[in-house]
Amino acid sequence: MAYGPGAGVLALRDVDLDVAPGTAVGLVGESGSGKSTLALAALRFLPGDGRVVRGRVELGGVALDGLSSAALRDLWRRRVRLVPQDPLASLNPSLTVGRQVAEGLAGDPAGRDGEGTAGASPRGDRARDAVRALLASVGLADAARVAASYPHQLSGGMQQRVAIAMALGGAPELLVMDEPTTNLDVTTEATVLDLVRDLRERHGTAVLYVSHSLAVVARTCDRVAVLYAGELVEDAPVAELYRRPLHPYTRGLLDSLPRVGQDRRAEPLRPIEGRIPEAHARPPGCVFADRCPVAIERCHAERPALDDAAPGRRVRCHRWPEIAAGTLDPRRPAEPPARAHDALAPDGDAPALSVRSLSKRYPLARGAWAALRRRPARAVRALEDASLEVWRGRTLGLVGESGSGKSTLARCVVGLTVPTAGEVALAGARLAPRLEHRYRARLGELQMVFQNSGEALNPYLTVGESLARPLRRLAGARSGGEIEARVRSLLEAVHLPAAFAARVPGELSGGEQQRVAIARALATEPCVLVFDESVSGLDVSVQAGILDLLTRLQDERHGAYAFISHDLAVVAYLADDIAVMHLGRVVESGPASAVLRPPYHPYTEALLSAVPTLDPDGQAERVRLTGDAPSPVDLPPGCPFHTRCPRSLGELCEREAPPWRRDASGKTVACHIPLEELVTAQVPLFADAGDAGAGPAAEGAAP
Amino acid sequence: MTTSPSPGALATRGPHAFGRALRALFARPGSAIGTSLVAGFLLLAAVGPLIAPYGANEQVFAEARQPPSLARPFGTDHLGRDVFSRVLLGARDIVSVAGLGSLVAVVLGAAAGLLTSYLGGLVEELTFRFFDALLAMPALLLALLLLGMLGPSRANVLIVLTLAYVPIVARVVRSVVLDVKSKDYVAAARMQGEPLPAVLLRDVLPAVLPALAVEAALRFSYAIFLVASLGFLGAGVQPPSPDWGLMIREARTFASLTPWALAAPAVAISVLVVAVNLMAEGLARALQVTRGVR
Ligand code: SF4
Ligand code: SF4
Repeated sequence: MAYGPGAGVLALRDVDLDVAPGTAVGLVGESGSGKSTLALAALRFLPGDGRVVRGRVELGGVALDGLSSAALRDLWRRRVRLVPQDPLASLNPSLTVGRQVAEGLAGDPAGRDGEGTAGASPRGDRARDAVRALLASVGLADAARVAASYPHQLSGGMQQRVAIAMALGGAPELLVMDEPTTNLDVTTEATVLDLVRDLRERHGTAVLYVSHSLAVVARTCDRVAVLYAGELVEDAPVAELYRRPLHPYTRGLLDSLPRVGQDRRAEPLRPIEGRIPEAHARPPGCVFADRCPVAIERCHAERPALDDAAPGRRVRCHRWPEIAAGTLDPRRPAEPPARAHDALAPDGDAPALSVRSLSKRYPLARGAWAALRRRPARAVRALEDASLEVWRGRTLGLVGESGSGKSTLARCVVGLTVPTAGEVALAGARLAPRLEHRYRARLGELQMVFQNSGEALNPYLTVGESLARPLRRLAGARSGGEIEARVRSLLEAVHLPAAFAARVPGELSGGEQQRVAIARALATEPCVLVFDESVSGLDVSVQAGILDLLTRLQDERHGAYAFISHDLAVVAYLADDIAVMHLGRVVESGPASAVLRPPYHPYTEALLSAVPTLDPDGQAERVRLTGDAPSPVDLPPGCPFHTRCPRSLGELCEREAPPWRRDASGKTVACHIPLEELVTAQVPLFADAGDAGAGPAAEGAAP
Repeated sequence: MTTSPSPGALATRGPHAFGRALRALFARPGSAIGTSLVAGFLLLAAVGPLIAPYGANEQVFAEARQPPSLARPFGTDHLGRDVFSRVLLGARDIVSVAGLGSLVAVVLGAAAGLLTSYLGGLVEELTFRFFDALLAMPALLLALLLLGMLGPSRANVLIVLTLAYVPIVARVVRSVVLDVKSKDYVAAARMQGEPLPAVLLRDVLPAVLPALAVEAALRFSYAIFLVASLGFLGAGVQPPSPDWGLMIREARTFASLTPWALAAPAVAISVLVVAVNLMAEGLARALQVTRGVR
């Protein structure tokens, strides 16, 4: 099937793309690239104000454009299906999952013989069996229970699998998946991605997979189409695209992605400078010309055509022959490597930040009756006995799935949440648990950068006012002139022009807002900075810039950073030390190089296995977790991971809390299995992890 | 539910924000008419005494019960008072009592809602339980009860308005505060050692203002209605004040003889209330505050 929409206010321009049966094509691009619009256009499923100005969509050789709305509805019911980013968008909250999946099945008129829906007839029984089989096929083990549940009773991963099961119900010819795993944990994402792979192999479904993540697409798809500012800039088989990208934008995207094992100082990321042009202000020549490091005059004047570079490879760039021949390096010249880092060894005798046995429990509201009978109150254990240390000049990466307690830990450290037990010390001196009780003079020593860039800045204050506040309040700046000068130098430190001081946050992009938030946190020259998922919401090219910025700032100012993220690749790139959290506990911690090498804690092993990597061949022998994490209210006794642990020893793990084990590399692991046994049982998941410098890791992407 | 404006709307700050909001108010015919009418009424309230042809209680017995004419636009009532003059002079009365009452209620309610819901905990719980108790009674009933105890007077009507509307305003403010106080920029301000008043005024209050402005307009319209009702029931301002509610009460007995004396204040009340409501609606749209059922 082929389609080629070209749009009016130019959401998309001259895009054409084929998806063969049984194959998956990944559609990648950053926000604003038009990838979701394209996906919806492919289904003729455009929002009210959008229309396809020119171009057509064909399915199995039949053009969809002339179809009546009734025919289109029939098409949506039977031949094409959409899996949206938010599974709840496609699930009806008031119907059981079983009913909805059954309706998906019944949507195929051939399968329902004209009348019956899933009722209490013999056919109803058959329908029920079909529903269960379908749910089981997407890896929902307890299909009967899931079928009887309402959507809100399921976890996000299960909802997404149900949405996929519904989409598959009618055995569609084309499945369009719009960021189906973006909101899921890596471990869940991994199972969903496996499922997608499996599906098209088994059912011959053609899949159009929209994602912002090159790594995710590498794992699922055969071919990748890169979209930029509404134009298709490159289209190639996955492996070739990653080994030898021809378009400077693709190159830039790949260089923005941190790889496990990459040394942030020797080989910094190369972010793409600038911003994606707005739909109404696209340049007349190449859409990428403003940001392209190798743009020439012709690029600004003349729009490049989509050339066939090789069989099955297309690229839209004037200079691809040079790039293909290897005579032109389409990369931005790398910044000179940050100067040799001398602070890697812990300096000073006390850690800049130490967290000892921190626990946080949220009591559940109990009924009056239970309270009267003095039943012990049940509590959500968000954090259990977590201990950490962060040293000056070093970055501690904190990883874990959602609900692992990493954000609770961060909020307890900075005093926004009052812990139930345990203490936090800054350079050896204990801090009051509650922010308001801490000495005002010391507040500036510990600052935090938040996750949501859009909420981090007061929308009613200009950037300059936001930055002036901590300067005035904590850093002792008095005169207007001094404040102005310091605001300017702060903006400079985060690579923003001084003119930004007069802007309000609404006028900044997400990346710029986050830079201002970092500048604000730096205003008081803190010795400890906590980053809570601070780059998670940003596009990779923007994220790369911020990661580089953090590396540089740390080298200049020797701050101690605690960097919290669910993205292991980012943490592996940035961190000197890593702590892995699971259900409120730290299960493994140590120097990054040691944590990324066996022996792994079984949970770390599963987490690392789930990380999508750029290398499309390197996805062998991976550990998958099944089932959901137990509820933090009713934690099982013994090792909290035993319900999902692939290496569980059985009774011992179910009964007794695991001991801490320490090895020569300085890492500690909480597991019943001795480290010597773990190391023999496990394969290294990243061959080059911890080998500083550009090792073989670079091969995945660099030519 | 009242929610804070979307990030897009938040960009409307600075010196031009007011002008932009005003322009948005006049962009729709409904809110343009409403706003103009409200402005007209305010003007009349201000200059009423200057242009009223007769005094409020100036009786010309010889001209009692006259239908509307050029000289007596709204006719005269059974006592020979000029209805047009009374309506005109009454405007000042009702606008000032209702306006002042709702203003005090908005200020106190905003302060209470802001402080208690930001602090949370037991203070918030107790305050809002008390407010809920006050709200359990219809405003009119509460007002009658209190005025019965305090005695009817203008000052007491003000007290009653305040008591009736503070809880409502506080609840509106609270719903926004609960949303805003969990925002990261509030946490950041706290971490930078900003004292409580600074956090409340610079970080929390600006987000509350749009909803508060809309609520203030709504309170004003309800207050007009309540003051008029109290006058009509004889529990509010006492005769011979030219209170619109009171005028309806007095003219009611003579409805068949002097229907104009009944119609004029009634129409004035309706037009004013509808106008204020239209303005509130327009304000809500201009400031992107969504109002749902509450
Ligand atoms: S056409 Fe020119 S500007 Fe566009 S990507 Fe190629 S080299 Fe860069
Ligand atoms: S203690 Fe047992 S259940 Fe826990 S991680 Fe180790 S092997 Fe798995």
